[in-house]
Amino acid sequence: MTDTAAPVSPGMSPGTYPTRWKRPPQMIKSRFWRYALAIGALVWLVLALGTIEVNWQRVMVGMERGQRFIAGFLQPDFTTRWRDISTGLIESLTMTLTSTVVGVLISIPIGIGAARNVAPRWIYAICRGIIAVSRALQEIIVAIFFVALFGFGAFAGFLTLTFATIGFIGKLLAEDIEDIDESQAEAIRATGASWFQLINYAIQPQVMPRLIGLSLYRLDINFRESAVIGIVGAGGIGATLNTALNRYEYDSAGAVLLIIIAIVMISEYSSGYLRRWVQ
Amino acid sequence: MLSVDKLTKVYKTGDKALTDVSFTVPKGQVVGLIGPSGAGKSTLIRCVNRLVEPTEGTVRLNDLDITRLRAGELRRARRRIGMIFQEYALVERLTVMENVLSGRLGYVPFWRSFTRRFPGEDIAKAFRLLDRVGLSAHADKRADALSGGQRQRVGIARALEQDPELLLVDEPTASLDPKTSRQIMRLIVEICRESGLPAIINIHDVVLAQQFADRIIGLQAGRVVFDGPATGLTEAVLTQIYGEEDWTAMRQAAAEDEAAEAEQRDEAKKMMRAL
Amino acid sequence: MSVTDIPAAERPVWHHRTLLGRLAIYAGWLGLVALFVWCWNIMTERTMWVFVYDAPHAAADLASRAWPPRWSYMDRLWQPLWDTINIATLGTLLGIVLAVPLAFLAASNTTPSRMILRPVALFCIVASRSINSLIWALLLVSILGPGILAGILAIGFRSVGFIGKLLYEAIEETDIAQIEAITATGATKAQILNYGIVPQVLPSFYGISVFRWDINIRESAILGLVGAGGIGAQLQASLNVLAWPQVTLIILVILATVVVSEWVSARVRHAII
Repeated sequence: MTDTAAPVSPGMSPGTYPTRWKRPPQMIKSRFWRYALAIGALVWLVLALGTIEVNWQRVMVGMERGQRFIAGFLQPDFTTRWRDISTGLIESLTMTLTSTVVGVLISIPIGIGAARNVAPRWIYAICRGIIAVSRALQEIIVAIFFVALFGFGAFAGFLTLTFATIGFIGKLLAEDIEDIDESQAEAIRATGASWFQLINYAIQPQVMPRLIGLSLYRLDINFRESAVIGIVGAGGIGATLNTALNRYEYDSAGAVLLIIIAIVMISEYSSGYLRRWVQ
Repeated sequence: MLSVDKLTKVYKTGDKALTDVSFTVPKGQVVGLIGPSGAGKSTLIRCVNRLVEPTEGTVRLNDLDITRLRAGELRRARRRIGMIFQEYALVERLTVMENVLSGRLGYVPFWRSFTRRFPGEDIAKAFRLLDRVGLSAHADKRADALSGGQRQRVGIARALEQDPELLLVDEPTASLDPKTSRQIMRLIVEICRESGLPAIINIHDVVLAQQFADRIIGLQAGRVVFDGPATGLTEAVLTQIYGEEDWTAMRQAAAEDEAAEAEQRDEAKKMMRAL
Repeated sequence: MSVTDIPAAERPVWHHRTLLGRLAIYAGWLGLVALFVWCWNIMTERTMWVFVYDAPHAAADLASRAWPPRWSYMDRLWQPLWDTINIATLGTLLGIVLAVPLAFLAASNTTPSRMILRPVALFCIVASRSINSLIWALLLVSILGPGILAGILAIGFRSVGFIGKLLYEAIEETDIAQIEAITATGATKAQILNYGIVPQVLPSFYGISVFRWDINIRESAILGLVGAGGIGAQLQASLNVLAWPQVTLIILVILATVVVSEWVSARVRHAII
């Protein structure tokens, strides 16, 4: 391969070109800050790892439980606690659906209000405020309060999930409306349309498929969340799981977890399919 | 020297992309591969370095039967074949220098490429090539910061960094404006002439092909329908390759491009005189 | 000939959708309403409406007891707050370490075995995603005992699914032309990964990691409720003794942390992209 392998005329000797090249730093240009950040990260890592305390005796005891849990997960027991599991499951599923529907219905006006290009300033501020509060508060914390106010059970869970849905859908819907193709809205405005006609003709057709997609996605999330808020007393399959773990019934807990995983997989697959079909 | 013998490619879908394609390219020859889109040009040059697996037939590069190589041997064969792509195919987020050096990947062990510590002679060669294509000032820029023509120059430098014995060029001008297209074609052909490097240039623009290639191969529906010097491309042959309407339309577009460029050149001359 | 010249019977009547299409859509909406009503009835079967009617009163009562927050309690919150941030950050690091190989196994263009490893990797990702970090914490606390180690592992295990899923989607969306070009130079598989795929995926990788870190700060704040360390443990203790002014303070601290972490993550993501 030697005779044909010289693509460029060897007019210049290789010595005239540098033989060393270093990749220029991509993110942090200053050498000082690169070292400072690296050292800072190292110091933090040592400090943080130092705060971990492990009680090995406790872990040894726990290992045995861990084994039982894995065994329970591999050989789940659906029958012994089936009544508890099925009530929890039905509560979770109904809670998921109702909270998503109500949440989406409430978040539509809030989302429109939180879009800078269609809402007046003061409405925009209020709606953004509602969304910010709903997003900043953890579902669990909201659930604790709703349980304190409305008593244990699925109704508190329903309110929690509705509240969380408003922040989620409201924010994404507002962003979608802000991202719409302005020229279409211009064209509708130019026909002398009223504000409602503008929403109906220019905004709705552009945003509707996304809204349906987001609602399906939120349905998914709400089911997953419904499995958690039961831990603080807001009903659903989480309560069943919590009870099972408190009684150290790992085979029932394994069954609940498998059901959750299966439902999440099914809903994810079918919501993906539905979203493709809608869009 | 490259020889392609009875090459056939049938895709899994049953589409027959190539049928019995045979030709040889001697050292130093620049071959223009023309044909309408879907004629199998792209499949043909990808069969040469087996980015697409041919169904039947052989491809020989200097007596090495490429179609029979196993994975490791194929990699060693690929580093002897430089390839220039449509839409440049640079790794956008790497620097220009890394893109050129990636031409040496087949020659260096993984740890060297991973730490970007290429041998000194490779780096010197990369600088020389960047100088040759007129980009020595841009070595440390990220590839996505360059213009289309500049990116294609980096693509050329990357292919040459491999020390290739053959150059495969896939629609080098597809996303460039007419003037830059000419510059890029001129550069590729010049480099091939300088070092006697054979090249197959897959190009849909017949006028460019006629202007720059020593020899033209015309593909139509996966078969070779013309093989000869650029001067042998008569109206009848082109009509056979492209079909009546397309060919007329293409010729008009090319004439307009050329006229526009000539006008620009006149303009520039006038301005020069005015200075 | 203008439109009005056509006899009325033949004049085209414009409909938004075909009759059948409209009927199907109405039926769909009706079905959804029916489903909603049915679910609502089942869900509220066991609801004690007395509590619900009493809620505004209870809320006013709670508010009067929870305000003002007990600021002096802040001294006891710094350590748990530090733990919370450590749990989130170390957990994110653990999640990244586990998720990166999984993502490359799960992406259809980089997986070494389509039949065995890919489905296994995908199952790991789905399993991790469907189990909330609080449930992971519940399990791990019962195995490892209370403490921040359980919290770190819980956050890490939950993050695997999130990072893994987004990362493998990013890997699958890489531009094939760039990978083809690197392949054509005679590069090995590892070099193709290093030069062709990693540079394309790196920006989304940073974005995903920082995004998950932000989420993990929120999640680690409540892990203490089930004994996995951090500020949530203080929350649980205060709730148990009904010390509402402390609860208010803790929630304010959590909110402030969340706002700061969201700001940091937005800044970092902005700087990367």
